[in-house]
Amino acid sequence: MTERVLTTCVYCGCGCGCYLHVEEGRVVGTSPSRNHPISRHNLCLKGWHLHELIHHPDRLTTPLVREDGRLREATWDEALARAAAGFRECLEHHGGRGLGVLASAKCTNEENYLLQKFARTVLRTNNIDHCARL
Amino acid sequence: MAGLATAFGSGAMTNSINEIEEAELILVAGSNTTEAHPQVGRRILQAVDRGARLIVIDPRLTALAARAHVHLALRPGTDIPLLNGMMRCMLDDNLADDLFIEMRTENFHALRDMLYRLDLDQVAAATGVELQSIRRAARLYAKARKAVLCYCLGVTQHVCGTANVETYANLALLAGKLEKEHTGVDPLRGQNNVQGACDMGALPGVLPGYQSVHDLAARGKFEAAWRTPLPAEPGLSLLDMTHGGPEGPVRGMLVVGENPMLSDPDLARVEETLRSLDCLAVSDIFLTETAALADVVFPAACFAEKTGTFTSSERRVQMVRQAVAPPGECRGDGDLVMALAGRMGVPFADASPAEVMEEIALLTPLYGGIYHDRLEEGWGLQWPCPDRSHPGTPFLHKGAFTRGRGRFVPTVHVPPAEQPDGDFPFTLITGRVYHHYHTGTMTRRCAALDRECREAVLEMNGGDAAALAIRAGERVRLVSRRGSLTLRAAVTGRMGPGQVYTSFHFTEAAVNRLLGAARDPSSHCPEYKVCAVRVEKVA
Repeated sequence: MTERVLTTCVYCGCGCGCYLHVEEGRVVGTSPSRNHPISRHNLCLKGWHLHELIHHPDRLTTPLVREDGRLREATWDEALARAAAGFRECLEHHGGRGLGVLASAKCTNEENYLLQKFARTVLRTNNIDHCARL
Repeated sequence: MAGLATAFGSGAMTNSINEIEEAELILVAGSNTTEAHPQVGRRILQAVDRGARLIVIDPRLTALAARAHVHLALRPGTDIPLLNGMMRCMLDDNLADDLFIEMRTENFHALRDMLYRLDLDQVAAATGVELQSIRRAARLYAKARKAVLCYCLGVTQHVCGTANVETYANLALLAGKLEKEHTGVDPLRGQNNVQGACDMGALPGVLPGYQSVHDLAARGKFEAAWRTPLPAEPGLSLLDMTHGGPEGPVRGMLVVGENPMLSDPDLARVEETLRSLDCLAVSDIFLTETAALADVVFPAACFAEKTGTFTSSERRVQMVRQAVAPPGECRGDGDLVMALAGRMGVPFADASPAEVMEEIALLTPLYGGIYHDRLEEGWGLQWPCPDRSHPGTPFLHKGAFTRGRGRFVPTVHVPPAEQPDGDFPFTLITGRVYHHYHTGTMTRRCAALDRECREAVLEMNGGDAAALAIRAGERVRLVSRRGSLTLRAAVTGRMGPGQVYTSFHFTEAAVNRLLGAARDPSSHCPEYKVCAVRVEKVA
């Protein structure tokens, strides 16, 4: 049984509406929305292959931390503690000016909102940007 | 987007994408639309099929340029003299929209005085475009009743990017081609949510909704909502952070879903900077070139594994819906931020994406009426959408500009930071190709896209190739003042003499190693469209 989930394509600023085809917990296909005002039953080649990255074997699936110059697998608890300690130390030595956040034009609005709020209220800096111009 | 904000008070597409279909004239500048924005390209071709006129301003003979009624193949980086020339032609032919200028604009006299001092022969010489074509384009644009002006990174990625945008805005204001349906100025945004990331205040100078960090009242509102004082000094831009070097001001960074190790200019400097950080934490779905340098890497959930919204280029806020569970221990970046805030001793209330959007709506007038429950029905909402009963806004500036009057900003030519010379005789232009997206982290892992387009090629003109005895498909070395790389040559009629082109999607031919760090002083947009290079035959 294929379930179809309506979502928005991630490959450019056009904002096509498309369906992800889900079978047994895996996304197996993509198709355009017939009535969406932009896609109108049409996608570009990138859009038609949107699902292929989702279950790619190269996906990162565990946190990594650097030890003796190499990245090794870690728990979320350890990775969060390591990042928080690093940022806290920067904050103590350099203040907010010594920290920066790169948010992302590929993240959702809600995530970008939280990222800038995090930069401004937790790291106490306006050093936040993303690749809008690239 | 700084240029449009100066001219109109809002830096976004003034029209909706579908309005392009009904335009009588479409002017496309610095955009390879059929490859980078396929749906917009489709609308343009449909409009042309129905009889619309097409003007393309681009050094390359793109697919759209090949279909254009007028193709202004300007020398890279000479938009300002070209546009000033068009405007002067409009004044000479009495084609300026006097009533619109009188009623809706300001500072016209400054522009007019500058244009009357312009020497049109010098314009033709500087741009490499015949005066006759400039005049024809000016007449077509000014006489059309419904005219859309689309531009993209070919306009903004110059040292004078902001002034370029102001000049395009001047052209639209002078011809009165704004604030109507099917008529306006439309910056095409490259990435799926670049509009949203800007709207959300992921920028050093503004809080969500473009509320300035300088603005005491706006800052006060956020301080009250977030119950903490906020920094009032604008922060550092992306390049200030990634090009700071070992002695740079930033010592710790959180990078979420970005890959500056491939996307930024002068990559050697970026690498030096990132390696010198005391703490670099990266969240991404793959181990990108940037994540490989990190002290901590968080595995992120991808778009199919989370719920939220994206805002498209036409300001349309739309749902992204979870289809499957994240693999392994992947988490959404919202969860990461909330967990990290807790660890830093400033806990955020645990909020669902819908609840985060409610907070956005409360603090951001542009998004004031945008809630997930409204987006569940229909096809999203286009901002500005100030309250729950507002239906959204398909086109901007109806009746009045966001800033009141549209402002003319006279501009003068600024040459590119690097000019071709004896050692580096070619101008390198960089951009995107149809089959790949940005740094290729996602698209290069897609078998069909990889099969269609597997490597970077250097597009060059037949005459130039013959002069260097380079055959199509042969490997060549591309050398700039900062580095070199080898890639295959593609001999094509798309390129003018003395110009070469390649894309930046491929890490093994990372063209951004070659580019300089010159950028627009106001928008901080790097000059990706002009770099002096030489091409060598690989023995």
